[in-house]
Amino acid sequence: MTPLLRLAETDPVAVATRDIPAGERVSLGDVTVTLARNVRLGDKIALQPIVAGERVRKYRVPIGVATADIAPGEVVHTHNLRSEYIPTYTLEAGHRFGEEA
Amino acid sequence: MLGYLRPDGRLGVRNVVAVAYLVECARHVAHEIAAEFRGQAVHVIGFPGCYPNPYSHRMMRQLCTHPNVGAVLLVSLGCEGFDRRGLMAAIEASGRPVALVGIQSTGGTRSTIRRGVEWVREELAHLADVPRVPMAFSDLIVGTICGGSDATSGLTANPAMGIAFDKLVAAGGRAIFEETGELIGLDAYMAERAATADLAREIGACMQKTESYYSTLGHGSFAAGNADGGLTTIEEKSLGAYAKSGHSPIVGLLKPGDVPPSTGLYLLDVIPDGEVRFGFPNINDNAEIAELIACGSHLILFSTGRGSVVGSAISPVIKVCANPQTFKRMTEDMDVDAGRVLEGRGTLEEVGAEIFALIEQVADGAKTKSEELLHQEFILTYKSFTPIGPSCLPTAA
Repeated sequence: MTPLLRLAETDPVAVATRDIPAGERVSLGDVTVTLARNVRLGDKIALQPIVAGERVRKYRVPIGVATADIAPGEVVHTHNLRSEYIPTYTLEAGHRFGEEA
Repeated sequence: MLGYLRPDGRLGVRNVVAVAYLVECARHVAHEIAAEFRGQAVHVIGFPGCYPNPYSHRMMRQLCTHPNVGAVLLVSLGCEGFDRRGLMAAIEASGRPVALVGIQSTGGTRSTIRRGVEWVREELAHLADVPRVPMAFSDLIVGTICGGSDATSGLTANPAMGIAFDKLVAAGGRAIFEETGELIGLDAYMAERAATADLAREIGACMQKTESYYSTLGHGSFAAGNADGGLTTIEEKSLGAYAKSGHSPIVGLLKPGDVPPSTGLYLLDVIPDGEVRFGFPNINDNAEIAELIACGSHLILFSTGRGSVVGSAISPVIKVCANPQTFKRMTEDMDVDAGRVLEGRGTLEEVGAEIFALIEQVADGAKTKSEELLHQEFILTYKSFTPIGPSCLPTAA
């Protein structure tokens, strides 16, 4: 079973349904991408080129605007996508969840 | 299903003695009283503030007269601003046993605990005699919330809970979803689902208020852990949160403490009205759960991806785990393994049916994981609301 799940046919991103190591080639329909880095369950992967400024949709619904060009196989997250409503708050760079206490 | 018949005719799914502190200064005494009854149906709720606030007074009134509550002990310090006589009168009017112990007038901590424990012991014995009568889905109100969300929440647990909600509504039940701060970006979709054009306008206004409130605060309903779990923006989190509501028409818009009058799906507006005051609308998940319960929710469906462990005072919480990795790590806290859908071990339909069956079992008395683990979290803070307008509720059938 492919580890990618596209929620709507027209979405430019798919969701990883398990952890996948960098470099693995994964396919969904007639699209095959090579993963640029380690991917975790729930991460979004670009299935097609996305240009900076483009609105990205998941389940056909806009989830934000690309802040950089994104190549197929790249993870789409806070480093290349921003909210059109309220900025996303993250902890300081280098913080790793699950390591404390 | 059998429910506990209250004097006002409503049916409860639990038979709880609520010990309610009326200011933070009385909280320790309230907890010490309840500690005598560990593992029994004695739950602590309360309001920490010393200054009056109509919202929190109404919340306390609704919680103390909730159908899951059979008797109430009010614990007062003595000099706080809470309208204790008004609360006591409302509880008396509902036909429930109620007593007030004042710490200053009783003579301090030990003597108040002693007096409180005596009263609770007697009332627990009386509550054992409350009749249980047949209960239908039309008697049942269920609230839904997600907490500790990650990118799996919107894929598995939330849509499965949506399916369970559709089944509940079809069976004549009342369903409430909320977290308007986590519905940002979905205004148009919700308006389309409103039962009337007037209600669609009310929902639109509610969402504008929500966006402006959070913009003023400069921080959305989005925790750092959400981003670590693969959610990138509030829109994306909203999309997942919204799936909890299923596909039924939205028949009404409530504010905290409003009880849905008839069958159907309701949206609970949790964002205060007027200028931004008192800080964040809901400082954590339990603040929202308390509001769902004040709207009459007999039980709560709680979806989590990262792994929340909370339960609640008064109403049982059913934990639906969205993430298969989290479920394996925290099985003891989870009632439903919805993440199995991602591993091909089931379908959303199957999980939805399992949740619906569990609603009936828990309503009939089966304990949830968080109940067995004695989770009884509760929090209530300051807010201000204006009453809902006439177009917010379905007209009487």
